[in-house]
Amino acid sequence: MEPEPELERLRAALLAVPDGRLPDRDWLTEALARVGSEPAALGRLFAAAGRRCGREPLPDLPDWTADDAARVLLLAALPPTELPGQAETCYRHGDAAEKRAVLRALPLLPAVGDAGVPLLHDAIRTNDTRLVSAALGPYADRLDQAAWRQAVLKCVFTGIPLSAVSGLDRRADAELTTMLAGFADERRAAGRDMPADATALLDRLSVLHRSGTPARSGAEEA
Amino acid sequence: MRIFDPHIHMTSRTTDDYERMAAAGVRALVEPAFWLGQPRTSAASFVDYFDSLVGWEPFRAAQFGIRHHATIALNPKEANDPRCREVLDLLPRYLDKDGVVAVGEVGYDSMTPEEDEVFAAQLALAVEHELPAMVHTPHRDKARGTERSLAVIAESGLEPGRVVIDHLNEVTVPLVRDTGCWLGFSIYPETKMSPPRMVELLRKYGTERMLVNSAADWGRSDPLLTRATGEAMLAAGFGDDDVDQVLWRNPVEFYGQSGRLDLGADEASGETGPGTFEGNSILRGGS
Ligand SMILES: [Zn+2]
Repeated sequence: MEPEPELERLRAALLAVPDGRLPDRDWLTEALARVGSEPAALGRLFAAAGRRCGREPLPDLPDWTADDAARVLLLAALPPTELPGQAETCYRHGDAAEKRAVLRALPLLPAVGDAGVPLLHDAIRTNDTRLVSAALGPYADRLDQAAWRQAVLKCVFTGIPLSAVSGLDRRADAELTTMLAGFADERRAAGRDMPADATALLDRLSVLHRSGTPARSGAEEA
Repeated sequence: MRIFDPHIHMTSRTTDDYERMAAAGVRALVEPAFWLGQPRTSAASFVDYFDSLVGWEPFRAAQFGIRHHATIALNPKEANDPRCREVLDLLPRYLDKDGVVAVGEVGYDSMTPEEDEVFAAQLALAVEHELPAMVHTPHRDKARGTERSLAVIAESGLEPGRVVIDHLNEVTVPLVRDTGCWLGFSIYPETKMSPPRMVELLRKYGTERMLVNSAADWGRSDPLLTRATGEAMLAAGFGDDDVDQVLWRNPVEFYGQSGRLDLGADEASGETGPGTFEGNSILRGGS
């Protein structure tokens, strides 16, 4: 996913929503222009984006809702030097939907740099499945391995589909295999099922590690 | 019976209560900001509380297909603590949130000069943010507190139709009935108002502009008393349409004035809201 084309795809999909339904195009156009020249105006516009642009999935990009897309575009319209600070403020001051939008924006906004990593930690600490899953997109490459493993386990525990985790097989290591196997043991002892996607992951990892592939655990520890 | 509880403090309820409420027909609710039993000592403590009202509580409610909205304000009890006064400066940012459908609970607790000031300042915020207001009437010296509240509201320039005066009883209803304000009633197991008394009031004053809530807070309370009131209405000869007006259409009309009520595309199906996963953490017991 290249950031620029992805932003263009979002903009096109948001504007392609059939006429007569949200988004309010005039509001959006004006809001995007305004945050470029007056970054301090972002807070109120960011909060209003849901009621102005709608909250339904976009017909052309069903992985995205209109409010998420609008908020990502608002962040992208900021002067790049404003972005790290404003992204953090929008997250810290945001309701759950605003927080989710910031998390989804992070991988699309290179100017944020590492400033979003503490936001991922905050989101993963919650038990709000929308936030935990939004935190595990491509930007989660910047999470240290221990935090990332805990987040994957949290998905399994809270029923978040593992498809939310970007680069799952690439990053899964022997330590995650051990943790998943332990969790599977607990579930078995309790007579409860593991989610099917977690069982499948454990099967894949077990084959990999039994066949003598060197465990990558530790290599990326912070 | 579809139920919209227009005033319930879910922060003080367990997740089991959400489940019982959903089973009883509750599909939407408004949680007003008030106190937490233990008085707070700083504005920072309110930040976490308000964040929960626009974050965790709507998520918790959505697990059971219940739409959660909030009202935000500095309550009259804590308005008297100077350490909490800075909360007033935080309010504008919360009054911009999608899930916030009114300014509240504002009003009087002990009718102090501090309460006067904070009440008036927050009614001005309601005007500025184009939001309705929820007014709590005091438990002590209620009749005079209600009259004084009405005077402050009249002075604020807020349209009476955008104000609900809450926790009313037999004595205070006549003070409010002809003002154009909405009338709120908190049904409690013992104190404020009971289902049979509520039915009598509906008989006497009609079903228009009447809002029935369970309040369900830190006192001895029951989140299913909205349902019990609907059943008492039916038993007393009211029709299904009357019950639907009081327990659903009235709160939808009142809070709908905010322009922010989000009851979903299909509010009749009672299905779980968007953005949640089946078998989520709460239904599984949390972590
Ligand atoms: Zn209350």
